[in-house]
Amino acid sequence: MIANYGYKDGSGDFFISIDTDKCDGCGDCVEQCPAGVFEMVENEFDIEDDDELAAVKPDQSRKLKYACGPCKPAAGFEKAELPCVRACEPDAIDHSW
Amino acid sequence: MITAGVDCGAKNVKVVILKNGEVAGKAMVQAGMDAAESAETAYAAALKEAGLVPEDVQKVVATGAGKNEPGFKDDTVTEVGADARGMHLLHPDVRTVIDIGCEEGRAIKIDAAGKVVDFAINEKCAAGAGAFTEAMARALEVPLEEFGKLSLESTQAIPMNAQCAVFAESEVVTLVHRKTPKPDMARAIHDAIADRITSMVRRVGIEEKIALTGGVAKNVGFVKSLREDLETDLVIASDPDFTGAIGAACVATDS
Amino acid sequence: MAQDEKGAEYWRWTESRWTSPDVNWQDGEVVSAGVDVGSVSTQAVVMVDGKLYCFASMRTGSDSPESANNAMKWALDGTGLTLDGLHATVGTGYGRVNVPFATKAITEIACHARGGNFMYGPTVRTILDMGGQDCKAIHCDERGKVKAFLMNDKCAAGTGRGMEVFADLLGVHINDVGELSLKVEEEPPPVSSTCVVFAKSEASGLLREGWPKEKVLAAYCSAMAHRVVTLLERIGVEPEFAITGGIAKNPGVTTRLSKELGVELKTTDMDTQIAGAVGAALFARALYIKKLRKS
Repeated sequence: MIANYGYKDGSGDFFISIDTDKCDGCGDCVEQCPAGVFEMVENEFDIEDDDELAAVKPDQSRKLKYACGPCKPAAGFEKAELPCVRACEPDAIDHSW
Repeated sequence: MITAGVDCGAKNVKVVILKNGEVAGKAMVQAGMDAAESAETAYAAALKEAGLVPEDVQKVVATGAGKNEPGFKDDTVTEVGADARGMHLLHPDVRTVIDIGCEEGRAIKIDAAGKVVDFAINEKCAAGAGAFTEAMARALEVPLEEFGKLSLESTQAIPMNAQCAVFAESEVVTLVHRKTPKPDMARAIHDAIADRITSMVRRVGIEEKIALTGGVAKNVGFVKSLREDLETDLVIASDPDFTGAIGAACVATDS
Repeated sequence: MAQDEKGAEYWRWTESRWTSPDVNWQDGEVVSAGVDVGSVSTQAVVMVDGKLYCFASMRTGSDSPESANNAMKWALDGTGLTLDGLHATVGTGYGRVNVPFATKAITEIACHARGGNFMYGPTVRTILDMGGQDCKAIHCDERGKVKAFLMNDKCAAGTGRGMEVFADLLGVHINDVGELSLKVEEEPPPVSSTCVVFAKSEASGLLREGWPKEKVLAAYCSAMAHRVVTLLERIGVEPEFAITGGIAKNPGVTTRLSKELGVELKTTDMDTQIAGAVGAALFARALYIKKLRKS
């Protein structure tokens, strides 16, 4: 499953997508994100599955443009170098902007 | 040399007449249905204050969202360019300009010569602009002029979850039901917008001195929240409504 | 708040409850319930052996647990069924952890996919839920399992709350907004601002220019439709396509949306607002059966 967390408002698209089939539940993104955007949650999409998944915290998903701002190109980062993208070994995290 | 700067904002039209680098006249009128007409009115008032007639003015430069509207303009300049130029004239030691207008918020980094190095804009979303505080003041039935002061009487910080002005209104209604004191709600609202503005400023990087301009700079409650959030001192533009218009008049002088 | 001559607020939509004439809970093996506590509305649904038995849909109050209790009380009203008679209950929606009598809380995304699958049939692949304070686009498989989703709950544009603001501004009842907006002879250009606050001032300007109400509403409905189309671009629209939530009842938005997408909308004779609660009730049933199997 592709989980898109974030929003679109008048100023643009701000989504972090997590491929839950790739996510191995390691929690590295939770540790590496300087803004504390991620959390590990129970997989509510599959009641047969007991593993945890990475997700974007609900309050953070409403202000991603601001929360992720310090890591974005204006601050000298390339998308592939974002702390969360780099931390994710299975390559499950992507940003829309 | 005599020049004029016109700032056609979403809410007000501001005109400044600059005579040899000094403000000779200025006027602000509400942007009505017809922006071109409002600009004419403001221009006439500013000229009257300066004791001048249109023929005395060598060049008119317009800026702001409606910069293409005034029929009497000779040229236009971007809002970012006008802000930077105006701030440099008023406060030459400022390196970071924060301009919060009714419908737009901007953070601009300028160099020692007043040139724009980098900028970030928050537009098309009321949550990061003055319209947010206006909507909230209306929801709380507090006049906008008193809304800022009210915030200073707050005794506790309460978080606001909504990032949208419309949702924030519903949240405020819930807080009212819970009998939250008005000053605390006012502060929560100012803290929320200050938080968004700070993130925007961090994107361009904070370099001192930092100045605040735009209509929202007159709101003491917001200024306090922003100061606390930025953890640094803040220069408040001497006449925050007119920074853009002054900048536009300077641009007219330069060319 | 503006009111009509009878004192009704324009934004206030009709609350409703329903009991199936064909289903009897006394004959059922598994009686499961789902409660969807949204930020604007709350729905309680009871299903008997996977069949829809009764539901209630009402406005959410300032207190989530109370809203959940009230909705369920109303749903059970006159059925003879009590809370103790429910084998399992799943809470969903914004206030899902605040349903006092729920066995478990499950995200509304999963519930809407499951509920949409039940209401529109297993051929549905894309479900767009246009709720009170959010907008969700979901891709699901033939069993109603989520393949991809996106949710926008940050911004009021494209939500029922945005439509309420406009109903109030124009003094038109929210239930009539859609029909009225379709009465224009020529489609006006959509309202250009995405942000509801700015769209509202734009609309005030149009009214001052002398635009009739239906033209302003048409401009807003098409702006909302367009806004949702651009949101859908992120995950794409795979037919068959269905809309759930309160806005699904607004033909001013759905007609324009379907036209812009070039995709036909699936219809249902069930109340589109209960999709999340139906999904929750189906999950509750699955959880109960899973528990029975284990013991």
